[in-house]
Amino acid sequence: MKKILSGNEAVARGAYEAGVSFASAYPGTPSTEILETIAREYKGIHSEWAPNEKVALEVASGASYAGVRAIAIMKHVGVNVAADPLMSLPYTLTRGGIVLVSADDPELFSSQNEQDNRHYARFAKIPMLEPSTSQEALDFTKEAFAISESFGTPVMLRTTTRISHSMGVVETGEPREPNTPSLERHPAELVMLPANARRRHPVLEERIVALKGYADTSPLNRIEMNDPAIGIIASGVAYQYAKEAFPGASFLKLGMPYPFPDAKVREFASQVRELWVVEELDPFMEDQVKALGLGCRGKDRIPICGELTPDIVKAAISGAGTGKAAQPVLPGRPPSMCPGCPHRSMLWSMKRNKCFVCGDIGCYTLGFLPPLDAIDTTLCMGAGINHAHGISKVLGPGTEKIAAVIGDSTFYHSGITGLLNLAYNRGVALVVILDNSTTAMTGAQNHPGTGITLEGQQTTSLDLETLVKALGIEWVRTIDPYRVKEARKTVKEGLEYDGPAVIISKSPCVLLKSRNVSGRMLSVDADACTGCKVCIGLGCPAIEFQDEKAHINEMCVGCNVCAEICPADAIGGDV
Amino acid sequence: MNVLMTGVGGQGIILASDVLSEVMMRYGYDVKKSEIHGMAQRGGSVMSHVRFSREVASPLIPLSTCDILLSFEELETARYVSYLNKGTHVIINRYRLLPPTVIAGKEPYPDITPILKEKTSRIHFVDGVALAEEISNPKGVNIILLGTVSTLLEPEEALWTDTISDMLPAKIRDRNIEGFRRGRRVKVG
Repeated sequence: MKKILSGNEAVARGAYEAGVSFASAYPGTPSTEILETIAREYKGIHSEWAPNEKVALEVASGASYAGVRAIAIMKHVGVNVAADPLMSLPYTLTRGGIVLVSADDPELFSSQNEQDNRHYARFAKIPMLEPSTSQEALDFTKEAFAISESFGTPVMLRTTTRISHSMGVVETGEPREPNTPSLERHPAELVMLPANARRRHPVLEERIVALKGYADTSPLNRIEMNDPAIGIIASGVAYQYAKEAFPGASFLKLGMPYPFPDAKVREFASQVRELWVVEELDPFMEDQVKALGLGCRGKDRIPICGELTPDIVKAAISGAGTGKAAQPVLPGRPPSMCPGCPHRSMLWSMKRNKCFVCGDIGCYTLGFLPPLDAIDTTLCMGAGINHAHGISKVLGPGTEKIAAVIGDSTFYHSGITGLLNLAYNRGVALVVILDNSTTAMTGAQNHPGTGITLEGQQTTSLDLETLVKALGIEWVRTIDPYRVKEARKTVKEGLEYDGPAVIISKSPCVLLKSRNVSGRMLSVDADACTGCKVCIGLGCPAIEFQDEKAHINEMCVGCNVCAEICPADAIGGDV
Repeated sequence: MNVLMTGVGGQGIILASDVLSEVMMRYGYDVKKSEIHGMAQRGGSVMSHVRFSREVASPLIPLSTCDILLSFEELETARYVSYLNKGTHVIINRYRLLPPTVIAGKEPYPDITPILKEKTSRIHFVDGVALAEEISNPKGVNIILLGTVSTLLEPEEALWTDTISDMLPAKIRDRNIEGFRRGRRVKVG
């Protein structure tokens, strides 16, 4: 049956058709919809949100050890978190097929870096498949499981934002019967202590050589001979861009760029006059072509930074221009926190206490933007608390006020160990946990604090305050961020406390049904408004400033924070 | 054919481009569509590339090759002017959502017509909001304007309305089909 599916929906469909039994992921753009689709459409697959990507890959490998097919899904930087199990997993026995999906984000549409995760395949010595359409996303997912079981290896399926989020026509197939789970003991292949791992390492090396032979003969890597004047080696969406720009050229289309198909590349290179490698981000394939002693063009003209387009590829190979058009200068529409977002008032309260705020990954990172200007560092998931500790330790007591902010989902992901460290090493910093009862940035997924699983079952709901105290934090306050005066005062006390302090800022995301706002629009009394712009300092999209007065527009949801901070008492309404 | 849809988050652009893609697949074309979601919350710029022909390679429309630009917000039309050529039909919903710097009084809302006229003379403003009010469906501007665009494309009305009927939930189905038909009566060719 023909359907239009996104790359992510097609991976989910591929997992279903491959007979996958178990799926785990931590949400992260652009990968999130894969597990959401599995949970919604293919209920025979047990699917779970993991608290982080390391957990996701480890529970999936447990399922694989029990003989079934399992998939772990994450965004590119998530693989960094899962890198510890990833590097040793290829040493162990593969019973049920296991596939790691890495969704990379060239152009950084919603990420903190632009790393190229194809390097992880070479690093971990596992095969990697790279689809260039939704159809291939489905087909390659099935192929990845077949390779995993026939060669006894984890397989990486690598997508990018343009593959994950683009839609295309897909022919779907029938599902394969899932494997039957069973428990077997193989301690020599499953217990990675030195004596066993030493014996397993040569197995891994022999396997990757065998896989190189497979890459040379597999139809995943195919030569399309046309005009031999230009020959292009390409994979992923870059293949489609090159095809668009040079439909008459010859192509070596790599669906499996690792291990690199040396013989097929030599064969192709011998048939064309000018050899190009077209790939996004790093010269991953180009370096391997050059290592074969073959001359080729690529990153000398094709940018490493940002995503490619058909125009950039055309300009690079034809040697004319950059392929980027001059843009008219127009007012921008930067992303901002939603009207009524509980993070806004909490960040405002922190900013008013003049502290240095170590940020983290989530909606609140947008508090970096003016006029809030409330975030001073952001590195990766869970880093903020540790930044605060490191900074405050070296500056010493009584100097600067140091704080960290972290969301609830990010705290469960990788903030807990940081807070444990802060308590254990006698740190002096204020940690504000912005608990909005969801994973908001990626579209409101459940997590261990919400009491509901991905499959909609009731479960235990983590008590944040109890956890924080158990980690060794004695000064803990739970507050309502919409009550700004109290929030500001509590932040002041926390910053003055001589030890690790935690404020739990508790109010549901304003996009949730359980939100704690009236939903009724406020208004400004124009006679009372002095035009002082204190409310404008919140950066709320619902507050406009025209004719020297504040105005509230229809985006207002009645959180009442602007009314509370207005020095002239000019904002009110039916709240 | 290359159709670019632009506007701001919350205007129903994704649904309109989903319907267009489905219709073209049913008509027998290969279809690809590309858009970015993630940080495009309410009020952010949104664009959707829809391409259909016998075989489509790139999911992104190459510069200067857009056949139809449907924009749900005036300023957003001008942001994508590099995709236009002299044959491009530009259909613009007469609606302005003021960006933050304009709200703050730091810069004026730009006049987009001269920017567009440098590329094409086929510029059509449609008062989508008034049409939506006319049929008492204020949230239906996206499908109304899709109806207007449909007059420039090959498939007949029944394929469009059947597809809308299959894709939309029952409670909003009839009013969107009515909106589609109303938009189809607007002449832009």
